[in-house]
Amino acid sequence: MDRYVKQRMGFAFLTACAIAVVAPILVVIGLIFIEGAKAVSLEFISAVPYGGMKEGGIFPAIVGTLILTVGTALASIPVGVAGTIYLAEYARDTWMTRAIRLAIVNLAGIPSIVYGLFGLGMFVLFLHMGTSILAGVLTLAIMTLPVIISTSEEALRAVPMEFRTVSASLGGTRWQGIRYIVLPQAMPGIITGIILGLLRAAGETAPILFTVAAFYLPQLPRSPFDQVMALPYHLYVISTQVPGMPMSVQYGTALVLLILVLSMNLIATVIRSYFRRRRQW
Amino acid sequence: MEKFRVEHLNFHYGDKLALSDISISISDRRITALIGPSGCGKSTFLRCLNRMNDTIRGARVEGRVLLDGQDIYARGTDVVELRKRVGMVFQRPNPFPQSIFDNIAFGPRVLGLEGDLHQIVEESLRGAVLWDEVKDKLKQDALGLSLGQQQRLCIARTIAVKPEVILMDEPCSALDPIATLQIEELMQSLKEEYSIVIVTHNMQQASRVSDFTGFFWLGEMVEFDVTERVFTRPAQRITEDYITGRAG
Ligand SMILES: Nc1ncnc2c1ncn2[C@@H]1O[C@H](COP(=O)(O)OP(=O)(O)OP(=O)(O)O)[C@@H](O)[C@H]1O
Ligand SMILES: [Mg+2]
Repeated sequence: MDRYVKQRMGFAFLTACAIAVVAPILVVIGLIFIEGAKAVSLEFISAVPYGGMKEGGIFPAIVGTLILTVGTALASIPVGVAGTIYLAEYARDTWMTRAIRLAIVNLAGIPSIVYGLFGLGMFVLFLHMGTSILAGVLTLAIMTLPVIISTSEEALRAVPMEFRTVSASLGGTRWQGIRYIVLPQAMPGIITGIILGLLRAAGETAPILFTVAAFYLPQLPRSPFDQVMALPYHLYVISTQVPGMPMSVQYGTALVLLILVLSMNLIATVIRSYFRRRRQW
Repeated sequence: MEKFRVEHLNFHYGDKLALSDISISISDRRITALIGPSGCGKSTFLRCLNRMNDTIRGARVEGRVLLDGQDIYARGTDVVELRKRVGMVFQRPNPFPQSIFDNIAFGPRVLGLEGDLHQIVEESLRGAVLWDEVKDKLKQDALGLSLGQQQRLCIARTIAVKPEVILMDEPCSALDPIATLQIEELMQSLKEEYSIVIVTHNMQQASRVSDFTGFFWLGEMVEFDVTERVFTRPAQRITEDYITGRAG
């Protein structure tokens, strides 16, 4: 066969695959936007649910998800980034560090319900935190850490060894080389890892199921030991546990969750391109 | 005046002996060229002079390397201070992916050097004969420069910390002939202030620029003398064979 024909056929095949991947996603997102838009109003995002959650809004669930996401970020980012720097830049290559690395990669792939059960056993019961924001945040953070660490380590390793050598040859300490040369270059990759991890945390139901999520709780939390409602769990509840729920409320809730996640993604992209352009002190 | 004095230096990579029993003296404000076939230990020797081999696992040094009479391998040596005094320029131009200004300012900043940073940057760039080419674009990314300019930038970055010795490991091997000549001219002006040790595979370059030449062969310093003598009346047969292209 003519090699140009071959190339054209290959190209057509790849294009078809790309469409097959993207089309369902577009259909789902489109459907949620169209159907959800009918339900979403100012009242929907600012009012408390009532009437068996069929009326009013989903304000407490939005606040709950924001609190959980911010809490997860606070709990996981410092530990995750510091741990990654240690692993990638300081730790010697021994069987111990290799085992740790392997464990982290595997942890990143564990189903979220396992984290949920771990959180229940560890934080809720053993450490007596009860079903609380604290227990939920810690559970989500533990689920997020492997994602942050494995992607960030990749980013640090992608920075050429040479720059560390040059920094040392100019009298820089190891830390100065990392702080001023390596980290700025790895920053876009690290932020990507953080966002990937946090997006997962914001959208998951299973980890918060037994650790923090409330079925119905119109009041906002007042302490870290309170429960909260959360969007993914709320969506699960109104789609499966409440008979006669209007479809529009379900679509509306899904739309709000989607917008929340997409806007986090957008913010991440902006931060990332900012660091990419800056790349200096 | 003697800057470095190397006495019975051995260097091991694990079980492998890379340098054996090297003893030479490197003069201040002179250019010393190191030549020899690939893998004979030139780079290893160069890195011994500012302890850049320290981080290689399994590496071991024996003997003494005296800088102004002080053994740099003695216990309690401040390696950061040593590297400030003995700077290094690498084979491939390797500016940081930052602005020209920040590249030069890196050393003074991490060392916390006193003085006006802008002035240090300007002086260093002038010293590396790069100032006129970049003075209007100090804020631009250093990677936008040509390879030759990048290498002069790396030299400027090295002299910004005001070292006493500059080590250069094949600094021209990635450059075209014109950029190479520019670096060679630059070295002539730098030797007014610095002691320079350069590794090169280019025999013409060694004979053109250097005052002393050392010839490495299989980890040994077979010959070390005034450049002119090494290239016209070498003491060893193997040196003559290498220089004339019959060995190596
Ligand atoms: N990190 C290392 N670990 C183990 N062996 C090494 C290491 N670096 C160099 N060697 C070995 O030490 C010997 C000397 O290497 P070196 O790089 O000093 O040679 P060179 O003269 O600079 O060669 P070239 O002209 O190719 O740059 C070589 O046999 C090399 O394989
Ligand atoms: Mg070499």
